Amino acid sequence: MTVPTQPTGGHAGDLELSAVTKRFGAFTAVDQLSLTVPEGSFFALLGASGCGKTTTLRMVAGLEEPTAGTVVLGGRDITRVRPYARPVNTVFQSYALFPHMTIAENVGFGLKQKRVGRKEIADRVREMLALVELTGFDHRRPAQLSGGQQQRVALARALINRPQVLLLDEPLGALDLKLRRQMQIELKRIQTEVGITFVHVTHDQEEAMTMADTVAVMNAGRIEQLGAPTEIYEFPTTAFVANFLGQSNLLTASVTGANGGDVLVEAYGKRFAVPAGRCRVSDGSAYLGVRPEKLHVAVDSATVPGSHIHVPGEITDSSYVGVSTQYLVRAPWGEELSVFAPNSGTEGPLQPGAHVSLHWHPSHSFLLARDNEVAEPVLEAA
Amino acid sequence: MSTVLATSAGSGTAYEPPPEPVAGGRRRRWLPYALLLPGFAWLGLFFAAPMVSLFTTSLYDPSGSEETGYQLTWAFGNYWDALDLYHEQFLRSLLYAFIATVACLILGYPLAYAIAVKGGRWKNLMLVGVIAPFFTSFLVRTLAWKTILSDHWIVVGGLKRVFALGDDFHLINTEFSVIAGLTYNFLPFMVLPLYASLEKLDPRLLEAANDLYATPWRTFRQVTLPLSLPGVVSGTLMTFIPAAGDYINAELLGNPKTTMIGNVVQSRFLTIHDYPLAAALSFVLMAGILIMVLIYVRRAGTDEVV
Ligand SMILES: Nc1ncnc2c1ncn2[C@@H]1O[C@H](COP(=O)(O)OP(=O)(O)O)[C@@H](O)[C@H]1O
Ligand SMILES: [Mg+2]
Repeated sequence: MTVPTQPTGGHAGDLELSAVTKRFGAFTAVDQLSLTVPEGSFFALLGASGCGKTTTLRMVAGLEEPTAGTVVLGGRDITRVRPYARPVNTVFQSYALFPHMTIAENVGFGLKQKRVGRKEIADRVREMLALVELTGFDHRRPAQLSGGQQQRVALARALINRPQVLLLDEPLGALDLKLRRQMQIELKRIQTEVGITFVHVTHDQEEAMTMADTVAVMNAGRIEQLGAPTEIYEFPTTAFVANFLGQSNLLTASVTGANGGDVLVEAYGKRFAVPAGRCRVSDGSAYLGVRPEKLHVAVDSATVPGSHIHVPGEITDSSYVGVSTQYLVRAPWGEELSVFAPNSGTEGPLQPGAHVSLHWHPSHSFLLARDNEVAEPVLEAA
Repeated sequence: MSTVLATSAGSGTAYEPPPEPVAGGRRRRWLPYALLLPGFAWLGLFFAAPMVSLFTTSLYDPSGSEETGYQLTWAFGNYWDALDLYHEQFLRSLLYAFIATVACLILGYPLAYAIAVKGGRWKNLMLVGVIAPFFTSFLVRTLAWKTILSDHWIVVGGLKRVFALGDDFHLINTEFSVIAGLTYNFLPFMVLPLYASLEKLDPRLLEAANDLYATPWRTFRQVTLPLSLPGVVSGTLMTFIPAAGDYINAELLGNPKTTMIGNVVQSRFLTIHDYPLAAALSFVLMAGILIMVLIYVRRAGTDEVV
């Protein structure tokens, strides 16, 4: 597997993790993790539960000491700096609001420790409560607030300190869907407004993609891919990423050669040409991937555009979900491919048993390395 | 009430009384009281009745005796006598109990903290260690301290040697030994409530404070201590109240000048058989403690922290 890299911006306030490792006994929670979070960016750390996201965040906050590696913030090595001495604040997964303090006292806590004057604390608390739309809640206790309001208090309590980096550990996890969407927009707005670097941990791929400038996909303590949301979605580096963000049809293939700007592959006795710019490998075993929404269904193979790759198939399942219809189409070699067809036409959805032609534009396919290390791709429902 | 409802409805519809409760609902209404009965019976039998009896005794004619019998003459003068004759022992009891409570808090807080926060898998074993003294009698343990603090034992001998103290240095039968005995005997009553409240403390709150620039000491002052205040309040009450009424420690470890009010009550009741005065003393002690506890609990503002 290639180590993901990104162009180094070289800003003064970048957060850099170099080969950070954390072991709990014999168990490696974070494994040789390296990444750079550019100053002022909204960075999402995306991964399944238990992949080491919280541990990574805790090492940046100083609540966990790395077994190896360094954490550098704005050019200063903070690996061994105590948490209270780091210009970093955290919005905890559990909020961790102080139950014996009022909302105003909670929000002003950090400033109080820094011995900011009472008057200034009061002013900034008022400002901050206005920012998170909790004006007038000053004298309440955390227990008297709803989950969404507590979450905003936790955010205000961290933001008020204007840290160099704000760490958010699945802060929206406990909220219901509607409030979560609302808070996503809100968080994004606040980040743009204050310009602080946000490192946002989530296991929700949609959340990561809609909010972040840069997404790092984590798996088993390592980073699988790092990049802009569109880049990660459109051109994943590994089979894990291809299936963790949305779903992909991955055909077991092997590279047979090159032809001009194309890489030639063979899969199940059929030959395909993939533009070289869409290939992560140039020889050996590979996966030929294509996203379900990039596949088109043609009832009449004569209507398939000449430039498209096409395979025949038989519809085995059809589920109508309103905005689109999701088909499973069995290819001649027995594998079922997933297809999302937009319901933009006037005719009804196709029925199981129909013989169709699946086709897609070659530049919509991508070629990934296939080795035994990579977890077998799974087709999961969206 | 009905007007309020009608107005808030705002449509001029008449207020409808709630439907008559059905028979089943009626039966449920007295059920809670029925369930409380055994508790009330217990309280009445073992708390209220003895109190009434003791209070009556405190108002008997003080000139009565076992032989001549007692008469209820509403002799409120007994209370005056109690305060007049024994105010010194009263104040001493409160002072000793106060010092012992503070000592218990100073010793007990770090102990409870260590068990609750740092105990890990040794937690239960350490708790057993705190409770273990209860396996033997209070009296026997206090008698053991009589030996430990005696002039012939290594404690006094060692102190004398190390600090080159003279022959007039004693620990036993001093104020120190009485207060030390009280502290020793009531320490578990301080540690257990403290442990219970520190055990509940969410370590994530400490991390949050740490993350928000609070040093370990400031985290303790602003998060740990306030959140363990309910434990501090109940621990101090559970230490102070029995310590103020105790007589065993002063009896076994003290001298005539360290007599506490418990000793007076004990000797009035059991040796001199002056029941009216003994009963009056008991009530003064009870009232004194009650007033102090009420003031303390109000000041500590437990309703805010619990
Ligand atoms: N203090 C700890 N002791 C032992 N194992 C831990 C500890 N903290 C986390 N882990 C383990 O490390 C892995 C990663 O945990 P975490 O970073 O919390 O995952 P995530 O936040 O991605 O869900 C998990 O398997 C977890 O069980
Ligand atoms: Mg987590």
